[in-house]
Amino acid sequence: MTVEKRVRFKSWWLPWVLVAPQMAIVLVFFFWPAGQALVQSLLQEDAFGTSSEFVGLQNFVRLWQDESYLASFKTTAVFSVLVAGLGLTISLALAVMADRVVRGAGVYKTLLIWPYAVAPAVAGVLWLFMFAPSVGIVSFWLRSAGIEWDALLNSRHAMTLIVMAAVWKQVSYNFLFFLAGLHSIPKSLVEAAAIDGAGPWRRFWTVQFPLLTPTTFFLLVINIIYAFFDTFAIVDAATSGGPGKDTAILVYKVYFDGFKALDLGGSAAQSVVLMVIVIALTVVQFRYVEKRVNY
Amino acid sequence: MVENRPLADTLAHLVLLLGVLIVAFPVYITFIASTQTAEAIVQNVPMSLLPGDQLIPNYTRALVGSNTQGGSNPPVAPMMMVSLITALVIAVGKIAISLLSAFAVVYFRFPLRNFVFWMIFVTLMLPVEVRILPTYKVVSDLGMLNTYAGLTIPLIASATATFLFRQFFLTVPDELVEAARIDGAGPMRFFWDVLLPLSRTSIAALFVIQFIYGWNQYLWPLLMTTSEDMYPVVMGIKRMITGGDAATEWNVVMATAILAMLPPALVVILMQKWFVKGLVDTEK
Amino acid sequence: MGAIALRNVEKTYGHGPKAVKVIHGVSAEIPDGEFIVIVGPSGCGKSTLLRMVAGLEEITGGEIDIGGRVVNKLEPAERDIAMVFQNYALYPHMSVYDNMAYGLKIAKLPKAEIETRVQKAARILELGGLLDRKPRQLSGGQRQRVAMGRAIVRQPQVFLFDEPLSNLDAKLRAATRLEIRKLHAELGVTSLFVTHDQVEAMTLAQRMIVMNAGRIEQIGTPEQVYGQPASTFVAGFIGSPPMNLLHGQAEGARFTIDAADGSAAPPLSLPAAAPRTGALTLGVRPEHAELRPDGAWPLKVEMLEMLGAERLVYGHLGTTLFTLRLDATLTPPRPGDTVPLHVSREHLHWFDRSSGQRLA
Repeated sequence: MTVEKRVRFKSWWLPWVLVAPQMAIVLVFFFWPAGQALVQSLLQEDAFGTSSEFVGLQNFVRLWQDESYLASFKTTAVFSVLVAGLGLTISLALAVMADRVVRGAGVYKTLLIWPYAVAPAVAGVLWLFMFAPSVGIVSFWLRSAGIEWDALLNSRHAMTLIVMAAVWKQVSYNFLFFLAGLHSIPKSLVEAAAIDGAGPWRRFWTVQFPLLTPTTFFLLVINIIYAFFDTFAIVDAATSGGPGKDTAILVYKVYFDGFKALDLGGSAAQSVVLMVIVIALTVVQFRYVEKRVNY
Repeated sequence: MVENRPLADTLAHLVLLLGVLIVAFPVYITFIASTQTAEAIVQNVPMSLLPGDQLIPNYTRALVGSNTQGGSNPPVAPMMMVSLITALVIAVGKIAISLLSAFAVVYFRFPLRNFVFWMIFVTLMLPVEVRILPTYKVVSDLGMLNTYAGLTIPLIASATATFLFRQFFLTVPDELVEAARIDGAGPMRFFWDVLLPLSRTSIAALFVIQFIYGWNQYLWPLLMTTSEDMYPVVMGIKRMITGGDAATEWNVVMATAILAMLPPALVVILMQKWFVKGLVDTEK
Repeated sequence: MGAIALRNVEKTYGHGPKAVKVIHGVSAEIPDGEFIVIVGPSGCGKSTLLRMVAGLEEITGGEIDIGGRVVNKLEPAERDIAMVFQNYALYPHMSVYDNMAYGLKIAKLPKAEIETRVQKAARILELGGLLDRKPRQLSGGQRQRVAMGRAIVRQPQVFLFDEPLSNLDAKLRAATRLEIRKLHAELGVTSLFVTHDQVEAMTLAQRMIVMNAGRIEQIGTPEQVYGQPASTFVAGFIGSPPMNLLHGQAEGARFTIDAADGSAAPPLSLPAAAPRTGALTLGVRPEHAELRPDGAWPLKVEMLEMLGAERLVYGHLGTTLFTLRLDATLTPPRPGDTVPLHVSREHLHWFDRSSGQRLA
């Protein structure tokens, strides 16, 4: 990452001017608030901010003892595993098929990538509409098939709903990367396997899939980060965290506790936990993915 | 392909078609719903799978706003404008700032250079979702609530763009810089005359990604806008469905959804080549 | 005007204990209008030296003088120089015309003047029809000519060439060499040309600077460098096939070539100026040894190479490798033969064994 360039311009003041805008924004809107979150997580404030008291790690302790927080953790874990698992599998299947197909590959590609452009909020609304208990077309089919679908009351159904919406949106991103990964596998390897007598199924499992490991790993991390953070809008639009709090993933809970319930210290502590998680995930991504990309 | 297996090829096409259909299905339904009347949706369950005849009236109502006994829907047109401005400001702003920072980090040697670089890198790990409350407070203290500045500036300084440009700049041959120096070009001249034109593809790719990012912002606008005339359309749409199934004018909501999806989808499809390149390059 | 003076120029990378000195006190005087070639193996510092003259590398010690001005602290653009790079360094997104005009635009020359200069350079280099093209549409040779055009239009005091022919194929290289010579004959601008190819050096140079490991080994005309190499390095570097170097001992007035089995040539008498004791190296160019029945040196022939106009004969004098150049019309010896060689006194080069320096 730190490749030294031989050539440089000489100026002692210009570089500072050039980085100033980014630095200013980063300091004011990233580091300062992050620092604030850290500080606030160690304080107990009342809602009006008129008094605050240093309570050390008490907010964190309270979190771990809070059932609803632990439930939210579990929900998020389940959610991200489902989203990542389904998302990766489906898009890998599509990518493999798209790689096989000679004619129309470009068309399929265009038709499969545009959901990337759909806002998570809009995706949530779309899926909500399809599965709405009374007017949803899919919920009608389900009821005709004997399944009493009700995402408003049944937490399993609610979870399924947001998982589907999240996966639907993310498939295009994963698809693109898998496709790029497949294209970067030298054709000669696959051909050599074919000459050795391996059929397509076997070729996939013994040659292509192992060589896709860096891509798969990378997408796994990205999908988990996506499930943790970028799906807020889907949850807010489709289920509002409900029924009750059953689909309140961690980031939703931070929002709710901070802005609706006005528990500032608790929300800040939750933010800090999330920060730790995302830092850990990013570090993993850079460490391992960068390393394993080179054979 | 390696061998001739027509059966496998057919299977591949089938799977792909299935994928395309599943991907397109929700949007298709949305489109259908946007052409029906509200009563038709609520009463004729299941909804018909063929387009209705209410296309123009529904979209007009969506754009202009409506007042029915079910509740009023704010006009979507101004919201589209807010989204458009936000997306453009974020995309252009991010690209401009990152170009300058990447240029400084790659082509100059100055004290704390590595520190600056790491600072920018760390922001990768701080998406807005983990610092919502304190960032809100800062924005509020600066008097930026309900403003375009507040909507855009906190989101402009992320690291992905800077990284992409930095990576690209590192591939520009040193000799071009030397030739430019001998030709008498100072750093900013070189930046403008040589580096920028060469970065066209990266800029285009990033534009697509950042435009979509800006357009699709939800949580942040949710927090810091309280007046309707500053709502982006993706926020507005959610607010329309809070009346419960029957009270919601689904046809107008769906029309709004289609409207909300159009600009980013257009950008992706028209600039597909750069978009794909940008995605794959950003993550290396 | 365009004279260059190098006075004790030094280059050190890094600081303190990890500092690496790559150029050790190089001095040279280059008169205005001379075409001088800096030649040496990879890593000898020739490019670094050129870049210091250009202003692309800091000068750690000593002075560089262009046209009477000390330029150590001046930016490249202020030194009135132009450079032709090995990889052409053309701006990929600009047309050929714009590439050549760029420096002039920055110098704020009036448009008419820019047009005149570019057209003139295009005429000289036969780039007339290519002015609207982009570099990627040109062949390697054409790109190199555009790079030269860019240098010409600036009408500088000094041209700097950094291995410009290395990326061209052999045929193109020869053709471009001629073009560079013609250019110099026409424009007469002081030129510093760096190459690792001694053929290029010999054919282009009015004078040569032979460098090795950051030091100058010899400065001279091609005739001087070839005919009186100042060290074994120069002797072995210039000329192809390289000069034969025979190590041996001086005893009294006789020199004996080292040979494990004592079967080498009989001892030779040393010239008056040579020392009487010590290890010496004797140098003989392949073309200066003759096959003569009265020759005193027995060459054991091993292999022959036919080059067309001449033949190369590889063999051993005792245990030392020896190469002989033979005109192709003469009857060659056969592998396995031992043939007598004769070398006239004036073609013997004597060097000190340990320092490699020329003795006489």
